[in-house]
Amino acid sequence: MGRKRIRVLVAKPGLDGHDRGAKVVARALRDAGMEVIYTGLHQTPEAIVEAALQEDVDVVGLSILSGAHMTMFPRVRELLREKGAEHVVITGGGILPEDDIAELQKVGIGRLFTPGTTTDEIVKYIREAAASDN
Amino acid sequence: MKGAGVVTATDFLERFLAGDRLALARAISAVEDEADGYRDFLREIYGRAGKAYLVGITGPPGAGKSTLVSHLAERYAAAGRDVGVVAVDPTSPFTGGALLGDRIRMNELAGNERIFIRSMATRGGPGGLAKATGEVALTMDAFGLDLVLIETVGVGQSELDVANSADTTVVVVVPESGDAVQAMKAGLMEIADVLVVNKADREGAEQMARELRVTLELKPEDGWRPPVVMSVATEGRGVDEILEAVAVHRSHLEKSNGLTTRRRARVRRQLEELLEYEFKCVCAAAPAYENLLELLTAEVQQGLLTPYEASARLFKEVSREI
Ligand code: B12
Ligand SMILES: Nc1nc2c(ncn2[C@@H]2O[C@H](COP(=O)(O)OP(=O)(O)O)[C@@H](O)[C@H]2O)c(=O)[nH]1
Ligand SMILES: [Mg+2]
Repeated sequence: MGRKRIRVLVAKPGLDGHDRGAKVVARALRDAGMEVIYTGLHQTPEAIVEAALQEDVDVVGLSILSGAHMTMFPRVRELLREKGAEHVVITGGGILPEDDIAELQKVGIGRLFTPGTTTDEIVKYIREAAASDN
Repeated sequence: MKGAGVVTATDFLERFLAGDRLALARAISAVEDEADGYRDFLREIYGRAGKAYLVGITGPPGAGKSTLVSHLAERYAAAGRDVGVVAVDPTSPFTGGALLGDRIRMNELAGNERIFIRSMATRGGPGGLAKATGEVALTMDAFGLDLVLIETVGVGQSELDVANSADTTVVVVVPESGDAVQAMKAGLMEIADVLVVNKADREGAEQMARELRVTLELKPEDGWRPPVVMSVATEGRGVDEILEAVAVHRSHLEKSNGLTTRRRARVRRQLEELLEYEFKCVCAAAPAYENLLELLTAEVQQGLLTPYEASARLFKEVSREI
């Protein structure tokens, strides 16, 4: 079944209007051969999870530069779990303090990336994460 | 396949039939990926399809198709119908990846339980559609959705394919696309059941609508003259008129037996496509295929054979093994 592609939802939750990073990452993932669903700005966790389910994505990537990460990431994780989509990997990036990242990883969030990360690194991680989720 | 291990027909069939949307999403992936067992799955659900009405929306990039689809879906849902949206965007021929951005215009539909949106990459399919678009629409149909809106990339003449997948085809143009429309007029005439001039808040919309109407006058009377509707998708203006035009076309088809004819033609075309595909697969599976193809390619390149001679020979040799 050679047709399977990695599908990733890239979303901007909340009122955060910084969308450069999300777009850069979305394009990099596309250029790496993935199918990227970009939903644009101002998404609620509920809308993000619904889109992730309908699109049957392997990975959800959240871009958060507004400081809302400690509520957004866990909420999306929780909703995915509730809806029976535990297998979906959650990753993301933005302005994320190290301590917060450590905390989030304890509650089932995947790797998180801060400013300056190369897109190659992100592509590599998402490939691995999507592959291990079998 | 993800999470659930290998997909087989029965894996989600039960949940699919029970109306579980997660199972629908999974089923669509299986169909799209041609995952193990997907044909068994399709066989199981095939008998349930045929109830949904399929509306194709096509036109040049940026014309406002997604914005319109969002409004159309919302109104249909408000009228108590369950709506599926299949939004197709192009796969990059170089990387195989795709950026699927139609949902950006459909954010207002989030949380609407009557609407199911699926983005699809063409994955090399011709004519602005993915190979599996028809089967994905069929899957939504069998799931019990009443309407499926198929948004396709409108590139030049090649969107003719959407007309083959839909019951009613809506072609969206904008005032700026004057020249483009000129170029695609012949194709447009053939496929449009409803014509929409969107971005009517911009200059030139009236004139464009007028010109289109004149052109359509020339169309030989075959019982249906495509209406030309003006809209401003961003404000939801003209949406009711589009819905009305689609409804009128539908009842025209139903009255004139055209729906049956169209659907029969669709099945026939699908059979031919599948046959072609099967045939290619069977040939490619023959042990001698790969080497022979290489050899003959070299010979054509050296001018020893014409491509016609080479393919005839390839076929002859390969058919001995199948
Ligand atoms: C450009 C910028 C803006 C632009 C945004 C333009 C746009 N459309 O994006 C403008 C001028 C509009 C802006 C406005 C504001 N900004 Co500003 N902005 C920045 C700035 C300088 C750069 C951000 C950027 O685009 N970086 C380039 C991209 C490529 O990097 P990135 O987003 O970080 O992405 C990388 C990684 O984080 C990661 N990543 C990001 N997303 C994702 C997603 C996934 C799935 C993955 C895997 C990885 C990933 O990978 C990327 C590649 O390495 C930062 C400072 C900084 N150094 O980060 C401040 C910054 C983010 N802004 C800040 C603030 C406060 C604001 C304002 C509130 C200012 C104000 N008081 O008005 C407003 C709010 C606007 C809004 N509505 O949200 C603060 C945020 C503070 C915080 N969170 O604690 C920052 C950190 C500046 C600061 N030091 O104070 N801003
Ligand atoms: N001025 C104006 N802009 C519109 C109208 N309809 C859509 N747009 C804008 O045109 C752009 C492309 O719309 P989209 O629905 O994504 O087009 P698609 O590529 O055909 O799906 C978006 O920025 C829309 O907001 C309209 O009627 N008037
Ligand atoms: Mg679109």
